[in-house]
Amino acid sequence: MGQKLTIEPVTRVEGHGKVTIHLDDDNNVVQTRLHIVEFRGFERFIQGRPYWEAPVLVQRLCGICPVSHHLAAAKALDVIVGTGSEGLTPTGEKMRRLMHYGQMFQSHALHFFHLVSPDLLFGINARPEKRNVIEVAKEFKELAVQGVMMRKFGQEIIRATAGKKIHGTGAIPGGINKNLSIEERDFFVKGKDPLNIDKMIEWSQDALNLFKGYHKENRELVDTFAAFPSHHLSIVRKDGALDFYHGVLRAVDAKGDKILHDVDYQNYLDYIGEEVKNWSYMKFPFLKNLGTKNGWYRVGPLARLNTCDFIPSPLAQKEFEEFKAYTNGKPNNMSMHMHWARLIETLHAAEVMRDLLNDTDLQGRDLVTKGKKISEGVGVIEAPRGTLFHHYRIDKNDLISMCNLIVSTTNNNEPMNRAVRHVADAMISGQKSIKEGMLNAVEVAIRAYDPCLSCATHALGKMPLEISLYDKNENLLDLKTN
Amino acid sequence: MKKVLIFGYGNPGRQDDALGVLLADEMQKWARENNMESIDFDTNYQLNIEDALTISEYDMVIFADASIEQIDHIKLTRVESNQKTEFTMHAMSPDFVLHLCQSLYNKYPETYLLHIKGIEFELEEGLTTNGETNLNLAFDFLVNAFGRSNFPKDILDRHCIEQKGAINAKP
Repeated sequence: MGQKLTIEPVTRVEGHGKVTIHLDDDNNVVQTRLHIVEFRGFERFIQGRPYWEAPVLVQRLCGICPVSHHLAAAKALDVIVGTGSEGLTPTGEKMRRLMHYGQMFQSHALHFFHLVSPDLLFGINARPEKRNVIEVAKEFKELAVQGVMMRKFGQEIIRATAGKKIHGTGAIPGGINKNLSIEERDFFVKGKDPLNIDKMIEWSQDALNLFKGYHKENRELVDTFAAFPSHHLSIVRKDGALDFYHGVLRAVDAKGDKILHDVDYQNYLDYIGEEVKNWSYMKFPFLKNLGTKNGWYRVGPLARLNTCDFIPSPLAQKEFEEFKAYTNGKPNNMSMHMHWARLIETLHAAEVMRDLLNDTDLQGRDLVTKGKKISEGVGVIEAPRGTLFHHYRIDKNDLISMCNLIVSTTNNNEPMNRAVRHVADAMISGQKSIKEGMLNAVEVAIRAYDPCLSCATHALGKMPLEISLYDKNENLLDLKTN
Repeated sequence: MKKVLIFGYGNPGRQDDALGVLLADEMQKWARENNMESIDFDTNYQLNIEDALTISEYDMVIFADASIEQIDHIKLTRVESNQKTEFTMHAMSPDFVLHLCQSLYNKYPETYLLHIKGIEFELEEGLTTNGETNLNLAFDFLVNAFGRSNFPKDILDRHCIEQKGAINAKP
C-alpha cells in the first residue's frame, strides 16, 4: 500500500514545519516536501508606521533572532536617511558590529552545543530520549556548561549593545543610541573566568576540535549525508573577506565560478526573484539570470565560506584554509559540513568581538549621522542562518508604504527540500519498516540549516508534536501526538 | 537573605503574549517602591539554556508566561524537573530549564510557574481587556504573597495544593 508519512512538527526546529514523505506500494520514495507555515503578515502590518519605528517593530517578528531583523531594518533606514551603510560614524558601525557578532556567536553556540551535539555524541540512531541536551549534560557535563556560558556571553553582548534583551533599541536610522562604557567593556574583557572573551575563543577552538574528531571517525557519514551540489549566496566584503554585517552580494556555483559578481544589494530585485508554489506557504527565491528551475541557492555558514575568499581573523583563517583544502579549494557541497563552517564562524565571531572590545572607538560619543533623505532603502545582513533582506519605501509623510522581507530560512527553502529528498532516498526508500532513527535522519538534514520559523508567540500549551500516516489515497492510517 | 527571581517571558509586540513580561515589569516597580531588595527580575522572549545558570543563583524562581490553557484567569503550579524534549529547542519550558539547572549546577531552586490566561496574540501592542484583568489578578496575587513574606514558599505551596493552582482569591 502506498503511504504518506508525515513528521509534524520537526523536532528541535523552531516554528511550524512538517515533512511529508510519499511512498509507493514498494516503499520507494516518490516525493518529499518540507511544508512550512511562514508568517507573512508582518509586511502589511508595518505599512503606515513611521519609518524610524521599524528597527524596534521588526523584532516582533521573531524571538529567536530579533537582532538580525533589528540591524537589517536599521541598515535599510540608513539608506533612507541619507547615511548609507558606509556613512556611519566609527562608533556607530562598530557598536552594531559588536551586537551582530555577539548574536552570531550565541546563536551558533546554541545550535551546535544543544541542537547538534546530541546527534554527534550519541548518534542519529540513538533513542529520541537520548538525543537532547540533558543527556549531554549527564555524560559530557563540561561541554554542556561551555555551551551555556558561550550562549550567555553572546546574550550579554547583545544586552550591552542593544540596550536590553527584549525589543532592543541600540540601532537607529543613521547610527546607534549608545556607546559601550568602560565598565561594560571590562566585564567582557576582564570578566571573572570563564565569562571573558579569551575563554570564549578557547572554547570555540575546542568545539571545532570536537567536530573535527567526530568527522575523522565518521567521515563517510559526514561527507555523504544529504550532500548535493548547489549554488551558494551571501554578502562578502568588497575585498572578498567574510563579513556578517556588510558587503556586496556574491554567488558562486557548485564548481566555484561566480554567477553573481559582487553587486550592490540595493538592486537585489534585479537579481533575485521569489517563486510561489501551490503546496507551500513559503516562497522559493532564485537567481533571475538562471531562472526558477536552476537559480536556487544555499545561504548560511556553508554558503558564506564558499563565497568568501578569506576570513579576516587569524585563527579562523587558519581553520578556513583547512576547510578549503578538504575540497581542494572548490565549494563544499556537503550539508553536514554546515556544522564545520558554523564552528569556524563561531571562532571568527569571537576573534572579532575581542578586537572590537579593545577598540576605543566603542567609547566614542559621535553616534549618529544624517544626510539627504530619500524614499527607499534596502538593508542586507548575514544572519546566523543566512542572508536576510529588508526593503522599505516611505511616503511624503515619512510613513512606510511598502515592506518586503526575504528571511534566511526562505532563502534555504529549496535546499532544505532537496536535503530531505536526498536523505529519504538514501535511508527510507525500499525499507519495509520506518524506524525512528531514519525519521530523525530527515530531521538531522533539516537541522543542518538551523531553520528558524518562529512567529514569536509561544504561549503555554501551544506546541503539540503530531505524526500522521496516510495511504496513497490520502486516507489517514495512523496519528500520534506527544 | 534568600534570593528570589521573578522571570517573565513572551513577546510584548504580540498582544497578550506580553503578560509575563508586563507582570515582571509591574512587580519590579512595586519591589522598588517597597524596598524589596531580595527580589530580582528578568525578562526575555523565551526561556533558553543560559537561564539554567541564571536560576541556579536563586533560592526561589517564579516564571510568568501567557497561557492559552483552559483556565479562567490565572493559575500557579510548582515546576518539577522534567527533561521531556519539546519539538522546539530554540526555546525551552520552565521544567526543562530546571532540569538543566539541576544537571549542570546541582541546584534546585523552589520554582513556580504563573500561568496568565491570554486571549489574543496578534501583531499589536497592548493587552486585551481580559488580558489586562488577568494581569491585575496576577499582580495582586504576588503582591499579597510577598507582602506577607519575603520568601513565601509556604504560601505558594499551600495555594498550589489547596486551590489546585487556580487563583480566584487572594492567597
